[in-house]
Amino acid sequence: MEDIRNILKNKILVLDGAMGTMIQQYKFTEEDYRGEKFKDFHISVKGNNDMLSITQPEAIKTIHGKYLEAGADIIETNTFSSTTIAMADYEMEEFVYELNFESAKIAKEVALEFTLKNPDQPRYVAGSMGPTNRTASMSPDVNDPGFRAVTFDNLRVAYKQQAEALIDGGVDVLLVETVFDTLNAKAALFAIEEIKAERNIDIPIMLSGTITDASGRTLSGQTAEAFLISVSHIPLLTVGFNCALGASQLTPHLEVLAQKSDLRISAHPNAGLPNAFGEYDETPEIMANQIKEYLDKSLINIIGGCCGTTPAHINAIADLVKDYKPRLVESEI
Amino acid sequence: MNKEKKYLKLSGLEPLIITPESNFINVGERTNVAGSRKFLRLIKEEKFDEALAIARHQVEGGAQIIDINMDDGLLDGKESMVRFMNLIAAEPDIARVPIMIDSSKWEIIEAGLQVAQGKCVVNSISLKEGEAQFIEHARKIKMYGAAVIVMAFDEVGQADNYERRLEIAKRSYDVLVNKVKFPSEDIIFDLNIFPVATGMDEHRRNAIDFIEATRWVRTNLPNVSVSGGVSNVSFSFRGNNTVREAMHSVFLYHAIKAGMNIGIVNPSMLEVYDEIPKDLLVHVEDVILDRREDSTERLLTFAETVISSVKEHKVDLAWREKSVQDRITHALVKGLDEFILEDIEEARINASQPIEVIEINLMTGMNVVGDLFGSGKMFLPQVVKSARVMKKAVAHLLPFIEAEKNGVSQANGKILLATVKGDVHDIGKNIVSVVLACNNYDIIDLGVMVSPQRIIETAKAENVDVIGLSGLITPSLDEMVYLAKEMERLNFEVPLIIGGATTSKAHTAVKIDPQYKNAVVYVLDASRAVTVVSNLLNKGTNQQYIGAIKEDYVKVREGFLNRSKRKEFLSLAEARNNKFKIDWDATKISTPNYIGTQVFEDFDLTKLVDYIDWSPFFRTWELAGKYPAILTDEVVGSAATNLFNDAKLLLARILDEKLLTAKAVFGIFPANSVNDDIEVYADSTRKDVNVKFVTLRQQLKKKEGIPSIALADFIAPKETGINDYLGSFCVSTGFGTAELAAEFEKDHDDYNSIMIKALADRLAEAFAEYLHEKVRKEYWGYDSEEGLSNQELIKESYKGIRPAPGYPACPDHTEKRTIWELLSVKETIGVELTDSLAMWPAASVSGYYFGNEKAKYFGLGKITEEQVKDFAERKNMSLEEAKKWLNPNLAE
Repeated sequence: MEDIRNILKNKILVLDGAMGTMIQQYKFTEEDYRGEKFKDFHISVKGNNDMLSITQPEAIKTIHGKYLEAGADIIETNTFSSTTIAMADYEMEEFVYELNFESAKIAKEVALEFTLKNPDQPRYVAGSMGPTNRTASMSPDVNDPGFRAVTFDNLRVAYKQQAEALIDGGVDVLLVETVFDTLNAKAALFAIEEIKAERNIDIPIMLSGTITDASGRTLSGQTAEAFLISVSHIPLLTVGFNCALGASQLTPHLEVLAQKSDLRISAHPNAGLPNAFGEYDETPEIMANQIKEYLDKSLINIIGGCCGTTPAHINAIADLVKDYKPRLVESEI
Repeated sequence: MNKEKKYLKLSGLEPLIITPESNFINVGERTNVAGSRKFLRLIKEEKFDEALAIARHQVEGGAQIIDINMDDGLLDGKESMVRFMNLIAAEPDIARVPIMIDSSKWEIIEAGLQVAQGKCVVNSISLKEGEAQFIEHARKIKMYGAAVIVMAFDEVGQADNYERRLEIAKRSYDVLVNKVKFPSEDIIFDLNIFPVATGMDEHRRNAIDFIEATRWVRTNLPNVSVSGGVSNVSFSFRGNNTVREAMHSVFLYHAIKAGMNIGIVNPSMLEVYDEIPKDLLVHVEDVILDRREDSTERLLTFAETVISSVKEHKVDLAWREKSVQDRITHALVKGLDEFILEDIEEARINASQPIEVIEINLMTGMNVVGDLFGSGKMFLPQVVKSARVMKKAVAHLLPFIEAEKNGVSQANGKILLATVKGDVHDIGKNIVSVVLACNNYDIIDLGVMVSPQRIIETAKAENVDVIGLSGLITPSLDEMVYLAKEMERLNFEVPLIIGGATTSKAHTAVKIDPQYKNAVVYVLDASRAVTVVSNLLNKGTNQQYIGAIKEDYVKVREGFLNRSKRKEFLSLAEARNNKFKIDWDATKISTPNYIGTQVFEDFDLTKLVDYIDWSPFFRTWELAGKYPAILTDEVVGSAATNLFNDAKLLLARILDEKLLTAKAVFGIFPANSVNDDIEVYADSTRKDVNVKFVTLRQQLKKKEGIPSIALADFIAPKETGINDYLGSFCVSTGFGTAELAAEFEKDHDDYNSIMIKALADRLAEAFAEYLHEKVRKEYWGYDSEEGLSNQELIKESYKGIRPAPGYPACPDHTEKRTIWELLSVKETIGVELTDSLAMWPAASVSGYYFGNEKAKYFGLGKITEEQVKDFAERKNMSLEEAKKWLNPNLAE
């Protein structure tokens, strides 16, 4: 299979859309979540979407398939919360390796199926590594700003375990995403560098931050450029932003990245902002129209969707990008 | 097009990009405990709000980076660094700028890197400890994503001239860029700014050499930056801010033109270059650029007019009218030698003995000099001049003194001076050496990076009267403490004097003085050295002097101990209430297959080879890494492999020729706990207590639900009526080691002499591991199914523990005496305890066996006086003795 690094030189690649939104449509019950393996698990697990890779693998495979059908070049593993830190809420720390390994395996199977069907469009799997539910740069206790609920080392160890399992399961790329605290991301990148050195491999890394407020900063307070500098020590396949604000509000931040960086750029925004019911209601057409602005400005190398997006959104985006050239990095100009 | 755009980019919450067009980047220096007494005090007193205010003030005042340093002997540097950086992260108006993590300890640097989301600067690394460590640290820094300051420092020492600065910078650059692939734009060189105008010839080119070296580095080493601590350059003019401010701006003016683009500067100590008065500017520039032979003299003279413009300037000889003592004092303070012989001669004729002129007249004058220098009213070069006057006076007096003593020439005393191991800063020590030599002391200056062994040996061989230690970096403090301990251990009596920038009266009083029962004196600065040494060596009054100092230090210590305590402790009752709970009804206790004592007289060493844990062996030889990966390590691999081959050769010889003898004794006995004690019974009726082990309980306050453990918790309490057991052992493979080592030494084969000791140590540990396994599987037999590999044994994956007295779970060495009694160790296998309760032969291991599956290793941590008292009572020991043994664990 062609190295994703080469493909990116000539083509804008399409990333898939939301996993959570698709899972919701199945309306799984507590029993469905538990499946056979966890039928006697001691606490409620409903809502732990990542475990469905083990208990409802067919559903996950079907969702991956729908996105690939819609035109996605890259699909994300169902592992956004599969670290010991994030799994602590469900007391499933001991299953973390299995969760990542199985999710990667499923995704790779489906991707391979599509690649074999149409070798002209190779499909890739990105191992999704979410931010966890803790932050190393901020205190959860307003009365003690010096306190930290998680340390760099806790995160490094947890991320290392996740990345190792994802690689063992066959992912092509690691995607450290929805970075709201750069220090968490630095721990993930540190862990991946350790693995690269130990295994003597060079797996590409995508890094995607999230800008959570209108002032244009990450949750931990960094500007887009400060975020970029803080992660510049690691060789990255792409840097970008995802989630949070809708596509249109992301434009100025992507412009900063494009100006200040010689890296390829990714974006996978939400389908707008959630409405009063927590639903995302930007239609595929609205979203595609906003993304057209990125493309007209030549800001993008990889584009996809985050919360609220569906195969229909991805299909609209895939149709759109066919007519555009990717952003060239300066070394190629 | 992007090639030349390799700029140093840093970040806090906001970016900082340093381009050729950037103005000089000013690093805030006030959040540095070594540079700001106020900041140090605030951190010590945990006034973090005020400490944060200092950081905020720096940023508001224009600092673009803030330097944070917590290197102080009395602080937990790592904890303070993490705490302060975490607090800064919560203050967006401070956290917007990048942080410079400043420490001489790698663990503090790494801890800082782990709490910074932005791209920091590490301050600093260097080739001082060799290329391997330099590379290792640079690699880590690169993985954490930080820029780095590289000091112009290598294995030989600190670069102090132009050529050495170039040599080290070039070498560091090549290693970083080619071997580590460190981004060249992330390298910042600190080319060492040293003081000028010190009065010493070798310091004259300090500033100009820095400036020229900066020019070379910026021209020849692409993309790097150059930084430095500017205030050093004017050190000899402490107290005269007008001159200092002018020196700083003149220095910066030229250094910036040469390419220095970052610096630690106190903005309030900086004059605007163009506003420096012309005459001052000329004098300062002469000094900075070393433009005249006499530029220091001229600036000194000029500096006095700057200090106080009302001072008269015509030559005033009014002082010649005063008393002889006043004249001598005046001559010393002013460094005037014109009339000194005349005045000394007058004093000598009036004195009953010529020696009195030194002890009374000259000393009175030198004391004034010392006070003036100490309060910043005199500068170093002036003190050196005073010393010269002194020397001239003494030289005049010596023939008279000798005549009195029937021609026996005698110096005032013999002083050994040394900069301690690991430290290379010696400006201060050299000055002390000059000043003391001027005062007719014989000086044995051992130079820099002097090992404690060498100091001790030289002090003995030369029969010195005083040992003086110096150091500038914080790790030196521990070296000084160590040396004091060694002197005590070896029954030294000579006074120990302590000096150097990082030392302090508080540290000397709290950490060093208690280690040595003879005199320990902190010397604030060079000029005081003479007073201190002469007081120490004055046979008539020195006991009184030493007594007064000891008393003063006790007060300092008490003050220190009474300061607000950081750590919270549980009372002993609370801690006991919070003991480690085992559900005894549900616990299976295996009845041992064997009860009683067993001895191995001459154990087969070959059985132990598979049990050797090799990693510590490499650590002994200062090779870092885990076995077996270390053998293929990129940096130390070949050295480790060679060493390992040599070790295996010698090991084969040991086994073939039975050069060492292994012996062991162990026992398993009925036992129950009674509170924190463990009673070991004479037999299974459990009526007679044979011996009692006294265990210590954790007292540091912990999170809710975390127990306060004592070893006794792992043994069933007597009141449960459950029959429990305790084992104990001593193994040794050291018999024969000393003889073999001596043999090697006779052939000047130090390598094998060390090797045999290192191997014996490994064999002893292996024996302990082997015996423990035998006990678990056979003699006690509670774990007969266990089948662990050697690696798992090393990781201690088995059930039950084997703690040893003197180690974290039971730091009390005196329990060894109880083990010796219980097992008759000395009588059965001949291992003895020294006065300090070390085992002899050294390659021995002793300890307990706890079989409970819940038993685990832990660290006792600090305990309170309440428990020490309780412990002393349980041990029938005086409180004083208990404190001595438990000293490292006493809460401060």
